[in-house]
Amino acid sequence: MLKLSLVTCCFVLSVVIEGLALLDLGVSPYSGDVFHETPLIIYLFHFVVDYAEITFMLADVITAVALYLAVKDYNKQVFRKQKFALEADRYPLDCLELIRSPKEMYYIPLKVAMFYLLNPFTILSCVAKSTCGLNNAVIALFILSTIKGNVLLSAIFLSLATYQSIYPLTLCAPALLYLMQRQYIPVNFRRASFWWFIVQYAFMYLGSLFVIICLSFFLLGSWDYLPSVYGFILSVPDLTPNIGLFWYFFAEMFEHFRLFFLCVFQINVFFYTIPLSIKLKEHPVFLIFMQLAVISIFKSYPTVGDIALYLAFLPVWSHLHRFLRNIFLVSCVLLACSALFPVLWHLWIYAGSANSNFYYAITLLFNVAQILLVSDYFYAFLRREHHLTYGLYLKRKDGSEATLVLK
Amino acid sequence: MAAYRYGYSAVLFILCGLSVFLVTNGQETILTGDDGAAAVDSPQTVTETAEQTAEQPAVEERQWEVTEVEEASPDEAAADKQDASAPETLVPPSVPRPKDDFQEELVIRPLHSGDIYASFQFRTLWETDFMRGNKVSHYRLFPKSLGQVISKFSVRELHISFTQGYWRTMQWGQPFLPAPPGAELWVWFQDSVTDVDGTWKELTNVLSGIFCASLNFIDSTNTVQPSASFKPLGISNVTDHRFLRYATLPREIVCTENLTPWKKLLPCGTKSLQLTELPLFSLQAGLAVLLKSEKLFHSSFHSQAVHIRPVCEDWQCKTTSWELRQTLSVVFDLHTSGQGKREWSLFKMFSRTLTDACPLASSSKVYIDITDNPEGEQFELIPATPLLSQAVVLGDRRTFSVYDLTQQITFGAVRSLNLLIRWKSTEGDMLRPLLHGERYVAGYGLQTGEIHTLMYNNHPYRSFPVLLLDSVPWYLRLYIHTLTVTSKAKDNKPSYIHYQPSKDRVRPHLLEMLVQLPPNSVTEVTVQFERALLKWTEYTPDPNHGFYVGSSVLSSLVPSIVAMDTNSTQERPLFSSFFPCKEESSYFVRVYTEPLLVNLPTPDFSMPYNVICLTCTVVAVGYGSLYNLLTRSFQIEEPSLGLAKRIANIIRKMRGVPPL
Repeated sequence: MLKLSLVTCCFVLSVVIEGLALLDLGVSPYSGDVFHETPLIIYLFHFVVDYAEITFMLADVITAVALYLAVKDYNKQVFRKQKFALEADRYPLDCLELIRSPKEMYYIPLKVAMFYLLNPFTILSCVAKSTCGLNNAVIALFILSTIKGNVLLSAIFLSLATYQSIYPLTLCAPALLYLMQRQYIPVNFRRASFWWFIVQYAFMYLGSLFVIICLSFFLLGSWDYLPSVYGFILSVPDLTPNIGLFWYFFAEMFEHFRLFFLCVFQINVFFYTIPLSIKLKEHPVFLIFMQLAVISIFKSYPTVGDIALYLAFLPVWSHLHRFLRNIFLVSCVLLACSALFPVLWHLWIYAGSANSNFYYAITLLFNVAQILLVSDYFYAFLRREHHLTYGLYLKRKDGSEATLVLK
Repeated sequence: MAAYRYGYSAVLFILCGLSVFLVTNGQETILTGDDGAAAVDSPQTVTETAEQTAEQPAVEERQWEVTEVEEASPDEAAADKQDASAPETLVPPSVPRPKDDFQEELVIRPLHSGDIYASFQFRTLWETDFMRGNKVSHYRLFPKSLGQVISKFSVRELHISFTQGYWRTMQWGQPFLPAPPGAELWVWFQDSVTDVDGTWKELTNVLSGIFCASLNFIDSTNTVQPSASFKPLGISNVTDHRFLRYATLPREIVCTENLTPWKKLLPCGTKSLQLTELPLFSLQAGLAVLLKSEKLFHSSFHSQAVHIRPVCEDWQCKTTSWELRQTLSVVFDLHTSGQGKREWSLFKMFSRTLTDACPLASSSKVYIDITDNPEGEQFELIPATPLLSQAVVLGDRRTFSVYDLTQQITFGAVRSLNLLIRWKSTEGDMLRPLLHGERYVAGYGLQTGEIHTLMYNNHPYRSFPVLLLDSVPWYLRLYIHTLTVTSKAKDNKPSYIHYQPSKDRVRPHLLEMLVQLPPNSVTEVTVQFERALLKWTEYTPDPNHGFYVGSSVLSSLVPSIVAMDTNSTQERPLFSSFFPCKEESSYFVRVYTEPLLVNLPTPDFSMPYNVICLTCTVVAVGYGSLYNLLTRSFQIEEPSLGLAKRIANIIRKMRGVPPL
């Protein structure tokens, strides 16, 4: 009962088993409105349905290991870059305390893995057998292959992630930026090499997406799954309560405004990609973190598993802590909300002593906290970059201590 | 036998003579009636019309003829009929047979609980073809409104019922005509119909108007196409279920406004021009006088139905005719209607007594079920009747006292029949129904639940298969992988499952299963479901009342104790001839379970503006904070000047002095 309130009911194992049962009855699983998983998931569980628990645990372990390796590699590069910058005397003198030492960076990959594996959200998601764990594994593998600089694998895993739930499409921007950075291709619209790389990547991405989609077609012999999987994600017909913003909003929406607000809400995920990539051109891994956070906040059926994935990145940004403004408040709110979710769910659904507004209020607060958390990290990141260029202790013209403001 | 045939032809001779007399003398009689006027358009010849019209004054003669037949003992009559089915003994072709025929019948069965069950059946048979190219415009006994519906929508079979209350099978036994609570409609269309869904939609709207019911609420979300449970009851060679539509409205309330249009379809139901022509008869006649809404709805069960189907006229099925069966069943409660006294009379039940038969009816009878009362030790029947009839109903041979309303003797000296049933003892055992169903929802909370359907096989040693049909609305999402069928604590695998998953806001779940019920057992079917949260506009005005889920339908061929009659064309009482019987050893039973009432989680209906504002605010917070960080850059804050200094600067600027 508790698990279903926090994990979107549409993407759990019982639904996959339902799909398999429908296939056994000779009915297309997509002819109904219970099953919304992709054909590859059915195909996978066709073999592993008896070992479902192990599969989900394995998926979480894969995610953790992939994140571990990815962060380790990333830290190495960060450190190398920092060394070059130090050698080139690019940092102002008073910024030495912002420089990261290998000692403090040593445990970060392990912390990331542990942050993912020991996160109550991950555990909950795994116990509820949410297929979100599998999506996380695919995304983690995509991050790993991107950071390792493997263009082909990166494109393949990105297409798999997109195939699973459209939204990871926005991760192609950080992937491109990172891979180009790694191959020393300047991000310049007038350079042929830039465009050539994009075409290459797009070709690999679309090619593998095409292969996967055709494979799904041949698995079931019909295109039914396209509207049933992607139409379901985009048009939000299922209003079962979850931790996101969509369900209550569209349950209470006036019918003639529904399409308009649907577009407005769905565009949120994709809307920030371009400005964020421009702003974070030099820091694609932070861009990945931002994109994951934006996806998990604004996607139509968010689950706690999505949150766990981007929360796992927080140890990577531990050096930003001195610039965070309201981390205490936000973490308190997040903790309180996580505790209140099951309580208010129980009061509404089982005890009948509260109504839907109570649970809705908690989802609102939880999402505000997430937004504040992400924007706080973004702020801290930008501020650190600013300090690394202009010095840590800034002075006004008259020599008094200056305060930084956004203008 | 020979004497009977002789008498029959004599009657026909009188009939012909009368018609000739009328054609020559009664010109205005022909043209004044509706029929006479319509005859001008009709393709039939004038003489035929005249002969038809002639039947009206000749009604009395024909009644005598019918009673002659009936006075023969039931066995002899049956033998007669079997002989009559041979072609050479059929009615000579020179004699014009009536093209339409009306029968009415009331069956009263005293129930062991002290309640009483009354079932009216009115049957109109008409040998015509609605599907022919030229329109049928000449209507006599058959209601024109329904005839037009049949021809316009190419209906092959139409069954509609309106029921208030739930039939308690375990207390009352099997009903003659089962019906689920609320409204039920199932229609077979002709295979010439191309757009079945469109026709169905139009048909439900038209029927909604005809019966003053909310049938217009039938749409794709509560319509299913059962693959096996609802086979055509009339003659038909099409069993492709693409032409079948089935829908129930379990919430439909049945009341007077549904009874009045139903009564209007009867030839003797209300005022009509034909009857006012004949001063002998009152405005309402026959059994229809008993249909008074103030009494009929003061009962624990009320069900009225209309069944239209094509049937065979003879055993070879050379000619077919359309049968319209209007049925009305009612169970009067011992305590609310009977004031607790175990004594029932027609007047007490219907606040009317019978005074005559419907003049248009070829047969008009009242049957009282006295099977459990062979020596009169259970109850006493006043006035007694010498006429007895036996019929095989629902796998059991039952004995009935028959009152023939076409005979004046029935009404006695007071010229009115007020049947009185007075109980003598309260003991007595009812034959337990062999098949019985129950259903309930298990689980708590508003998230998930489980539907349990129990099917009882009370037969001591025979097992039989049952077709279970479940139509569940889309907002209860069934998980078919949780379906379990257990009988006697063992898994009972259905031999046939037809499952159609639901589509949100488009179509309901349809689950049909063939389950073998072991003898003397309870079979439990469970399936889990999840409750959906609907849009706030999709809830009913009283959302916390809950949502109805229509009854499950159990259809079965139950092993019969006595041999069933398989000859469908044979003359039988109406109540025993509704479901066609294909084999002698079993009979068809349909059992409806209780409808379910399921609660769904509800949003707060007063909140739409608040929710839109609050959620949009959160999205705006996200947008705003990201926009801030994306578009602005860090700058050193310049100390802002005080208000006084700024004003001073403005003044200095005006004066042309450099600012401070």
